[in-house]
Amino acid sequence: MLNWWLPENVSTFGRDIDWLFHLIYAITAITGILVFVALIAFLVMYRDRPGRRARYTHGNTTLEIVWTIVPALILVVLTFLSVPAWSKIKMSQPPTDLVILVNAKQFNWQVFYPGPDGKFGTADDKQFLDEMHVPVNKPVKVILKSQDVIHSFFVPSFRIKQDAVPGREISAWFDATKPGKYEWPCAELCGFGHSGMKGWVYVHTPADYEKWAAENLKADAAPAQEEKPKS
Amino acid sequence: MSAHSATAHGHATTHDHHDMGFLRTYVFSTDHKMIAKQFLFMGFFMMIIGGLLALVVRWQLAWPETPVPGLAGLLKETGGVLEPSQYNMAFTMHATIMVFFVIMPILAGAFGNFCIPLMIGARDMAFPTLNMLSFWTTLTAGFIMLSGFFVPGGHAAAGWTSYAPLSAVVEYTGVNWGQNLWCIALFVMGIGSMMGSINYITTVINMRAPGMSLFRMPLVIWSLFITAILLLLALPVLTSGVAMLLFDRALGTSWFRPSGGGEPLLWQHLFWYFGHPEVYILILPAMGIASEILPVFSRKPIFGYHAMAFSMIAIAFLSWIVYGHHMFVSGMNPALGMAFMVSTMIIAVPSAIKTFNWLGTLWGGRIQFTVPMLNSLAFVSMFVIGGLSGIFMASTPVDIFIQDTYFIVAHIHYVVFGGSIFGAFAATYYWFPKMFGRMTSTLLGHLHFWPTFFFFNLTFFPMHIIGVGGQMRRIYNPMQYEFLQHQQHWNVIITIGAIGLGISQIPFVINFFWSIFAGKPAPRNPWNATTLEWQAESPPPHLNWGPTLPTVHRGPYEYSVPDDPADFSPQTQPVRVPVGGRRH
Repeated sequence: MLNWWLPENVSTFGRDIDWLFHLIYAITAITGILVFVALIAFLVMYRDRPGRRARYTHGNTTLEIVWTIVPALILVVLTFLSVPAWSKIKMSQPPTDLVILVNAKQFNWQVFYPGPDGKFGTADDKQFLDEMHVPVNKPVKVILKSQDVIHSFFVPSFRIKQDAVPGREISAWFDATKPGKYEWPCAELCGFGHSGMKGWVYVHTPADYEKWAAENLKADAAPAQEEKPKS
Repeated sequence: MSAHSATAHGHATTHDHHDMGFLRTYVFSTDHKMIAKQFLFMGFFMMIIGGLLALVVRWQLAWPETPVPGLAGLLKETGGVLEPSQYNMAFTMHATIMVFFVIMPILAGAFGNFCIPLMIGARDMAFPTLNMLSFWTTLTAGFIMLSGFFVPGGHAAAGWTSYAPLSAVVEYTGVNWGQNLWCIALFVMGIGSMMGSINYITTVINMRAPGMSLFRMPLVIWSLFITAILLLLALPVLTSGVAMLLFDRALGTSWFRPSGGGEPLLWQHLFWYFGHPEVYILILPAMGIASEILPVFSRKPIFGYHAMAFSMIAIAFLSWIVYGHHMFVSGMNPALGMAFMVSTMIIAVPSAIKTFNWLGTLWGGRIQFTVPMLNSLAFVSMFVIGGLSGIFMASTPVDIFIQDTYFIVAHIHYVVFGGSIFGAFAATYYWFPKMFGRMTSTLLGHLHFWPTFFFFNLTFFPMHIIGVGGQMRRIYNPMQYEFLQHQQHWNVIITIGAIGLGISQIPFVINFFWSIFAGKPAPRNPWNATTLEWQAESPPPHLNWGPTLPTVHRGPYEYSVPDDPADFSPQTQPVRVPVGGRRH
């Protein structure tokens, strides 16, 4: 039901996350309903009425064992079901030739493409501000850096979130499945301009991406975009 | 109150009231009951400030960049419109005040102080002077914290978690002394907390009345004892952390600043190594309070006493190895994240055990819907929601999406408001007759409880929805994001709920002060409860008991015992010929 509230998912591993979300949603909803039904039933059935004495009992060992083991089993299963998605998203990296460097700063995303030489930090790097262009259905590796405080790379529709920590280079990846324009906010408080620190990720069809790359990433493309002051 | 002072002078074990004058009785008191009241007043006073800050935050989120009513005089340049830096300050200080200066002083400070000596049959804490110092240190910390509002640059604005390097470098927030004072206040608060926790632990171990074995202790004492151990071990980590942060800011060290070779994640490790036990410091006393009140008004022994005590011990142990779940997407090694997921899933089990045992306590009871009972039932039901929503975050892949969204904000408030604050209200209504010698008004109690319960849910439940929709926490204006605009109406509903929640506290304030002065005088045992504090006068005299200490003959929850015509058998009542049934 809460599915209505999730933003549209357009990434490969987003499906795994949404599936787990809905599984946990079902488990907790059933548990919650059972507990609340029992609670309300007890409150009604055992409300104080004249002439009735409360049951004198200190507990029941069998029940204690049951309600220890059953939740434990459910949670162990849930853990095992979570492991594959986690290791796929955070502990592995599908092979790809598209690597993008994102340098976060107060309060912008600086996006670097390596240029024809395939290396970052060289003169032919192409730089963009608050926008990233990627082809659909292709894994993209993102190298996250920050030059001041901690920011967090968050694209709700990709179900990706990864902090960018100054002093570290952290890799993340995604594989978008649907062309479009997706909002890219910063999810970690980064100062007074945190709110509104956002960019857009443009997912292109392969043909459109080739066209965009030809215009923007080739050696003779227009010089790296100048930084514009943040409005 | 000085009638016996001449004859009893110097006999600590004699029932007497030393005439110590106004200052020693009401201000620099070493009496645990007076110190408890001082903590209670401090906590409720700070709750007003913390609550108003929350309303300021909510106003901005519902009607972004419109003048906040009542702030036009304070924010002259903007005519009452909050600026982003002021908004950051408001939510930072809301959380800081609520966690460190409301819930900890009320639950651990006030009810820890009040309940421990009375419920284990001691005359006072083991170290009464240290106890007094603990309060005055905490109050000093509170003043230092409040002073931050008045310094140039404003108060701390890096979140209550104060992640470095945002918090470590002045230029990143523009906040200079505000953040420094934040560090100093928490440092001082940490010292006060340490004095208190040492005292609680020593008192519980050494000062129990004859017959009060560990497993005859009421569960609230278990909870406070365990909380004190957590406080003793966790707070020093925060205290050291804020000292390091202050050194980075003021002395040029580089613990957390990468420019000097420091490591930002170190702050997160230190903060959450303290911070997760801290969550249990906030909730365990409320669990104890609920475990105390549910049997009384179900007229039934607590279900699974030992399971309750051991599950709290289990929570205390596990709370040290789950903290990494705050850092799943922080850049910490993802393999470590997997380990923390396992431990986090496990810690849900003792919480589940506790919930089922509370239900078991209600089962077959004779439930009386008094005001403390209603608040305890609210605690149990809201804690269930807060506990279940925690499972979403425990699953690391799901947490990738909901980390740093309003889903987390909903979760923390269901646990800390729905849990701890309803626990604090329950405890206040329940022990008020013993504390102040007068009953509270039942009518006002209902007028407080029902709107609070309704508006609490109206405020915090929709936060799950906007969180799932992706709304990030700590943003100034959701309307800056296209993907959030369609759900802005929820922010309006939440804010209306929050305003209602604030207004709902007025009957409580009236009830509290009216009852202190004009409430019906309370008998010794107005609730027909079994635990020791109800054997003392209301309010108990200095040193609590008459010439002899109470002797404990039975467990704390002997209600509706078959061979007893009364439906409660106080702990001091000797056991007659055993007639079957297990005794504790």
